[in-house]
Amino acid sequence: MVIKSYLAHAVKGKKQELLEALNKLNQCQVTSAENEDIIVLVTDTSDDNEDEILKEKIESILSLKMLSLVSGFNTSTLK
Amino acid sequence: MYKSISGRRDFIRKMAMLSAMTAAATMFPGILFAKEQEDGIPKDANLDWKKGPCRFCGVGCGILVGTENGKAVAVKGDPNSSVNRGLLCVKGYHQIMCIQSKDRLQHALVKKNGRYVKTPMHEALDIVANKMKGTIKEHGKDAVAMFTSGQSTIPEGYIASKLMKGAIGTNNLDCNARLCMASAVTGFLTTFGADEPMGCYEDIDHADYFITWGNNMAEMHPVLFSRMLEQKSRRGAKIIDFATRTTRSSTASDKSILFEPQTDLAVANAICYEIIKNGWVNKSFVKKHCNFSKGLTNMGYGLEDNYKFKDIPEKINFDEYKEFLKDYSPEKVSKYSKVSVKDIKYLAAIYGNPNTKVVSYWCMGMNQHTRGTWMNNLVYNIHLLTGKISQPGNGPFSLTGQPSACGTAREVGTFTHKLPHGVVMNKKDREMAAKIWKVPYDRIPAKPTYHATEMFRAVDRGEIKFIWTQATNPMVSLPKTGRYRPAMQKESCFVVVSDVFPTPTSDVADVILPAAWHIEKSGMYGNSERRTQHWDKMVEAPGEATEDAWMFIEVARRMGYGDLFPYCKENHVEEIYNEYRKFHAGKKHNMAPLEVLKKQSGAIWPYVNGKSTQWRFNAKYDPACTNGESFHFYGKKDGKAVIWQRPFEEAPEKPDQEYPFWLNTGRVIEHWHTGSMTRRIPVLHQAVPNAYVEFHPDDAKKLGVRNGEKIKVTSRRGSCTLPASINERGLPTKGQVFVPFFDENMLINDVTLDAFCPISKEPDYKKCAVKVEKA
Repeated sequence: MVIKSYLAHAVKGKKQELLEALNKLNQCQVTSAENEDIIVLVTDTSDDNEDEILKEKIESILSLKMLSLVSGFNTSTLK
Repeated sequence: MYKSISGRRDFIRKMAMLSAMTAAATMFPGILFAKEQEDGIPKDANLDWKKGPCRFCGVGCGILVGTENGKAVAVKGDPNSSVNRGLLCVKGYHQIMCIQSKDRLQHALVKKNGRYVKTPMHEALDIVANKMKGTIKEHGKDAVAMFTSGQSTIPEGYIASKLMKGAIGTNNLDCNARLCMASAVTGFLTTFGADEPMGCYEDIDHADYFITWGNNMAEMHPVLFSRMLEQKSRRGAKIIDFATRTTRSSTASDKSILFEPQTDLAVANAICYEIIKNGWVNKSFVKKHCNFSKGLTNMGYGLEDNYKFKDIPEKINFDEYKEFLKDYSPEKVSKYSKVSVKDIKYLAAIYGNPNTKVVSYWCMGMNQHTRGTWMNNLVYNIHLLTGKISQPGNGPFSLTGQPSACGTAREVGTFTHKLPHGVVMNKKDREMAAKIWKVPYDRIPAKPTYHATEMFRAVDRGEIKFIWTQATNPMVSLPKTGRYRPAMQKESCFVVVSDVFPTPTSDVADVILPAAWHIEKSGMYGNSERRTQHWDKMVEAPGEATEDAWMFIEVARRMGYGDLFPYCKENHVEEIYNEYRKFHAGKKHNMAPLEVLKKQSGAIWPYVNGKSTQWRFNAKYDPACTNGESFHFYGKKDGKAVIWQRPFEEAPEKPDQEYPFWLNTGRVIEHWHTGSMTRRIPVLHQAVPNAYVEFHPDDAKKLGVRNGEKIKVTSRRGSCTLPASINERGLPTKGQVFVPFFDENMLINDVTLDAFCPISKEPDYKKCAVKVEKA
């Protein structure tokens, strides 16, 4: 199981759009900063393959300017 | 936000999110995640929100603490606080998590036969009082000492002072603020005759330029830095970072200028040289409001025990000052400061332009300096020569590192030479204290005794036989701890430590007293902008943990001073504050009444006619100005500020063949000072679990050092082994290494030097010589 956290930077003026797009993805948990164009994104997938597919989906969102990985946890012992 | 998390997967998800938030907070100081705060609050919560100041740094952000069923469950920034306007940094946001720590001190512990024995509080206080009394009887009142804190509340500091100076009659009281802002105090006093900044945080909204002198505000004062960034983005205000290391502040600034350690003295003089040379002096301001003086030079560095120094000021004139500055042309200074002539002229032109408003900020870089008082004087010189002072957006501003370094250490006066009003050396000040305290006038000694470093040297020499520390961790924070730790372990001195958590300092105690934390008691703090903030007790302390002020009162009563401490437990904070206010009555320092502090998020002193004074010494804002001019520096008898002739002098220890690197120490955003609180907050601890040694990549390459490799840092005092950090958080200049000091398992202060500024007695933690090798 793979849990990662990112800082998602929105294209100027499109933070809400990005938030909505990320919220539509089941494996994503998002928290938006109140005073900056930054969204904290936590992804939770079952394996590396699923994680890779999800990342591709996220990176294809047009309102996303930049995605910075902050932390990653990958362990098969997670219950 | 603190919330119990069930399930390991949930926990990891939460940690992942908090890691990202921590990263965001370091990149965007003051970033606010409102949803996360709301998520942290139980869904069916019926929270009671109570206001107070943050527990950590000297910025003094307003917080709202949500309590439910007697427990603190949430923290958010106070939108009504003009300091932070609802923002908090990553430490402030998570602060209440530390009080849930499992190793919290809840009961008194008394060392018996080498082991700590849980002891009822009243018995432990009996032991402390008897030991203190017995020591005084056997060895005299100057054999007992107290070392307090800029984290003590105003009432706690006041009672400590009253007990030591008024009741016992010794000046053996000093505090950890000596280690962080004593040079700012002596700087203010020598230049203006009155301590603390003349301006306030609202300067940020008006300044065109912010010049930070050796100050990593993005990590140390992140909320203020975020306010500066906001002005940068909104109005085009510029931030110039002048430092010895490239930090997150440097990268967020418009310009970063690096200098060779200690040469800030020369660069400041070079700026004054340029201001005069180019005719940028505000002549009418200088003529009306300034004098010129010089003091003694080659003062030494306080490295020897019992070192004494007293400056002898001598008046000079403008021409003599101008002549002195000839040694500090940009061309001459550039050669040893490693600051280009162009950059020195650039800085001078910013200050010299009559159409720009400039605020200078500094903290430990200028204060923890063997010529710290001089450095403070020199920055004041720049502002005085140009008349850029005491006006919205124009002024020098020393920041503080502790929440009440100003309110308690400086204003109450928990230094050996201080009284709540004035100094022990002044007869009138002693008379005032004796009258308010209701003690015989001659009980308060007229001579200061030990400043912090000398106090622990006196413990080592066996002169101090009883010491009581509160809310401070000197066994991690003193310089050259390799000398002072064994000193505190000597049988010749009985050590009492009051604290919330076990620390390396409580490890050397004979009695450990469990203290109530911040929101478990009522109190007041005073922040960097002269703002006094009150809070009411929000939750009960665990076990027998007690307010420090009440412990002092109980011990005072047991020692036979009960008549001087007639306060009741339920209302002692209010009673003490009302007594303390008497010391500051008058237009120059009046403190706001308690009922005002209870209603609003603090008030700035002097509080006169129901109003805070935001800019002192400016007749437009300050009712204490009486000279009929626009400005009145009333701290000095003649109403004029002093422009000081202060030269560049070398550091006491410089890199050489054997010890070829400068060692600079400091802090990181995630941890506060010695880490006793923040290392107990899981998200902060996990973000930076240990200290490290930063290298310049060229030095690392030359030494073949890789990231994470264990490195032994050694000075003439001791050594410390830490993992290497290259191109990570900060970037020291070539020939310099940097180590944060928060980690009690990697004690870098075993390596540092206990040299100090001869005037302020504040140690220099920023410069000593070390060698580095693979461990």
